[in-house]
Amino acid sequence: MRLKYVLSEVMVGLWRNVTMTIAMIITMAVSLTMLGASGLMYLQVDAMKDAYYKDIEVSIFLDASVTDQQRAELQTELESDPLVRKVKHETKEEAYERFKELFADSPDLVNAVQADKLPESFRINLVDPEQYQQIFDKYKDREGIDDIIDQRRLLEQIFNILGAIQNMALVSASVMAIAALLLVANTIQVAAYSKRREVAVMKLVGASNWFIQAPFVLEAVVAGLLGAIIGFGALVLGKIFLLDGSLRDLTDLLTPIRWGTVLLMLPFMATVGGLVSAITAWVTLRFYLRV
Amino acid sequence: MIQLEHVTKTYPKASRPSLDDVSVSIEKGEFVFFIGPSGSGKSTIIKLLLHEITPNKGRVYVNNKDVTSMRSWKIPTFRRTIGCVFQDFRLLPNRTAYENVAFALEVIGKTKAVARRVVPEVLELVGLGGKEHRYPHELSGGEQQRVAVARAFVNRPLILLADEPTGNLDPDTSIEIMRLLDRINRTGTTVVMVTHDSNIVNQMRRRVIEIESGRIVRDQARGVYG
Repeated sequence: MRLKYVLSEVMVGLWRNVTMTIAMIITMAVSLTMLGASGLMYLQVDAMKDAYYKDIEVSIFLDASVTDQQRAELQTELESDPLVRKVKHETKEEAYERFKELFADSPDLVNAVQADKLPESFRINLVDPEQYQQIFDKYKDREGIDDIIDQRRLLEQIFNILGAIQNMALVSASVMAIAALLLVANTIQVAAYSKRREVAVMKLVGASNWFIQAPFVLEAVVAGLLGAIIGFGALVLGKIFLLDGSLRDLTDLLTPIRWGTVLLMLPFMATVGGLVSAITAWVTLRFYLRV
Repeated sequence: MIQLEHVTKTYPKASRPSLDDVSVSIEKGEFVFFIGPSGSGKSTIIKLLLHEITPNKGRVYVNNKDVTSMRSWKIPTFRRTIGCVFQDFRLLPNRTAYENVAFALEVIGKTKAVARRVVPEVLELVGLGGKEHRYPHELSGGEQQRVAVARAFVNRPLILLADEPTGNLDPDTSIEIMRLLDRINRTGTTVVMVTHDSNIVNQMRRRVIEIESGRIVRDQARGVYG
């Protein structure tokens, strides 16, 4: 019976001030969409790092004038280096084969380069790709080494861009969240005011605090959850029309975002939306009802 | 039943205390008038007994419980043992007489079945039989106050507090309300009534406690308005 009362009060409360309810749900939805997007981005960057860093190589290009002894010493040292997981020596011929393969589309370029002009190199995989700098410092002044190149550097720039987008999404999520919070607080105040007589009687006859507050808090929670569902819908549409649609070429370059990951955002957004609304409503009531 | 021990209450920003070192003891089943001019502090007593406010000094005991140190989450349960009636009735305008009384039951967790059994009974008791389904604006002032009394009494409280319950009523209606409060008092309920209606006090001849400027200046069994 009491549950029925509380639920009917929630519905009445949401309808009574329907323009405000809609405003609350929309701001909540936009904020949660941003939050969901940056959450996706976060998971995505992580997945990409896992996928790429595993195969990432540091290339140590050798001088054309490198001696056999220098090469042999370097190889032994690299193989016994605790930072190094795997060493592969790439001869000039192998480098040329790979070059031909890579640029098979432009035979002119391939023809212009002679086999012995490409540098031989050591391709090494690190135990921890983050430790590139140590490798670099250790070997950079070594005789016979021309250059050390970390493929990670190139990827890092992509990750930096993704990170910046993620931060922007987070910032706009927070700004929208503030607007959403204020709207929730305001809606709850209006609701509490329009029910002030009922609340006064309830307090007088000794209704428990949770019973007085529950309809208001639930009203905010329902709005928060609706906002989360709409925000999730926006993410789904974003995946269909942007990632799998007009931005297809870009997403093919990166690892694709799976539907499972997108789906994961629903409970995340719903929890954040529901909790934030509930806490805001509850705090507002503490000030406004003084139960 | 009710005990105030050296209670002092000063409202924030007030120059002098509303109650100044007031001690009073009320036994179970008593009918007590608090009288005094406006602003003398008599309504402050009702608020203290309801734990709407807390005293600056002293202790307040209701039903042998120390109200002053009561945890806030215990207040709702505590208030269920007290009925309360006000000058302005405080009925819900969009609910009928029946619904107003039933509301008070339902919000403290009583089922609709309990309400269906108890509410008609108490409305009959206050003399509103047959008018259960009228809205407050369809009832006279006296009838509205009867609804309020029914709501206050429906839980069979140990104490009934009445803050100028006849303040908005004409003399004849006031006397009817007083008869009703008297009947309720005879069931063993302690009644504490704040008023400045001298007619009523003089007719009832019950205990009178007079307050002036926050102090008790008279406490007289079977007293008159003075």
